[in-house]
Amino acid sequence: MDLYREQILDHYKHPRNFGHLEGANVTSEEINVSCGDRIVIELKLKGKGSAAVIEAIRFNGEGCAIDQASASMLTEAVMGMGVAKVMTLDLAYVEKMLGTTLTPSRVKCALLPLEAIQKAVQSVR
Amino acid sequence: MFDPNVIKKDFPQLTRLINGKPIVYLDSTATSLKPRQVIDKENEYYTKYTANVFRGIYTTSEEATAEYEKSRELTAAFIGAVSADEIVFTRNTSESINLVAYSYILNSFNPGDRVVTTIMEHHSNFVPWQQLGKRRNISVDIWYTDEKGTLDLSALEKLVTPKTRLVALTAASNVLGTITPVTQIVKMVKKINPKCLVLIDAAQAAPHMPVDVGAWGADFVAFSSHKMLGPTGIGVLWARPELLEEMTPFNYGGDMISEVHVDKTVFKKPPHKFEAGTPHIAGVIGFGAAVQYLSALGMDNIRIHEKELTKYAITKLEAVSGLSFMGPKDPLVRGGVFACTMKEAHPHDIAQLLNEDNIFIRAGNHCAMPLHEHYGVSSTARASCYIYTTREDIDAFVAGLLKVQKTFS
Repeated sequence: MDLYREQILDHYKHPRNFGHLEGANVTSEEINVSCGDRIVIELKLKGKGSAAVIEAIRFNGEGCAIDQASASMLTEAVMGMGVAKVMTLDLAYVEKMLGTTLTPSRVKCALLPLEAIQKAVQSVR
Repeated sequence: MFDPNVIKKDFPQLTRLINGKPIVYLDSTATSLKPRQVIDKENEYYTKYTANVFRGIYTTSEEATAEYEKSRELTAAFIGAVSADEIVFTRNTSESINLVAYSYILNSFNPGDRVVTTIMEHHSNFVPWQQLGKRRNISVDIWYTDEKGTLDLSALEKLVTPKTRLVALTAASNVLGTITPVTQIVKMVKKINPKCLVLIDAAQAAPHMPVDVGAWGADFVAFSSHKMLGPTGIGVLWARPELLEEMTPFNYGGDMISEVHVDKTVFKKPPHKFEAGTPHIAGVIGFGAAVQYLSALGMDNIRIHEKELTKYAITKLEAVSGLSFMGPKDPLVRGGVFACTMKEAHPHDIAQLLNEDNIFIRAGNHCAMPLHEHYGVSSTARASCYIYTTREDIDAFVAGLLKVQKTFS
């Protein structure tokens, strides 16, 4: 297993959509208690209910390469995505996106950003 | 002195190859590996004299009981206890500390009383006081470590008040490596407030240095078998005999009673009144073998070995740019545990990359979140040493760290 492939390291060192979102209408935070990782998602939803779409998204916080790369890639992936679709994303999706399978101890790291995004989206449904 | 390379041969797990490569085990602070002698002894109970203790009239039950109680005697001698009756077997250090909290403090402390503990405690010597404090309106005062990772003893004058009923502190930190001057601290506490009790978390001391409860002068001492070559699921609580007498069991059931009637029960004498139900018999017997193994090496020798290894590791780690580790830099006041942070990489990533070369370290907050918060770090990558750790293991760790730097730079 080559977890630290070029693509993951690239997203870790140069995260996309990192920072604060001007005019965000939803934010959420997730913490991985066991390692102190923290991720904050700020996003702008357009439309109502399950027809709403993610119009803009930013993330910030601190974490390991897997956590940060996952956040970076996910924010790219969900841009313009409908919330109903966002809620169907799962571990299999994240693993495919990262291009690797994860050991049990790292699943939590990779899923933290997805959990934060889904929590944010759900809070306005 | 002993040779760690010879010691290694006693540990079956160190002969294992993963992906064709040997293991470098640097997580003994979490749990130690087990020597063949301990595994064989535990197995002996399962193969030769499996029977319940304290009740059979037949040969194997008597053998099991004798072996079980022999472990108690070995443990008492190991920590300088006067009598084996001062040794209570629990599940682990956490349970030993909770036993004190539930069987003594809950009954005898009053609202307004105070407890002092330190910021470098493992959660097991922190959360019980915090939670009990909330339930019984007992204040918990925190003794903070300084920037070097040591305790300022003069702070005790202010921390210990006439209302302070307990000082609960670790003898050695599982993150900073700091060894606390227990004898001196106990003396100071008792001088300020003779009625104040002292509980020592010896989970990181008993495996690594001589422990003498008489010299320490504390009232309670707790530690775990699994960090000192023994089986998991066994802990020890030592307490002054008069305190054990006074304490009310919080586990009721079989084995801990001498008489039960419809309307009343008479408990056994300590330590058995605290060991309700069938205990982890094989574990206790295996633990006896662990104590024998350590005693044969000599705890003084173990401390010398680790002091030298610590000195070596400090020099090597300080040469790695962008790397820092917590705790004092003087091998005389610290043990062989190195909680590191690296500019380039997150502790999780360090541990994961080292794992690719079978170098096993721990990443996280090591059950010491308040300490990590105190120093403003979210997590660390921790390598720790024991009797089977060699300079070559430290070299492998350092080489691994350099590899991590290369990957992330």
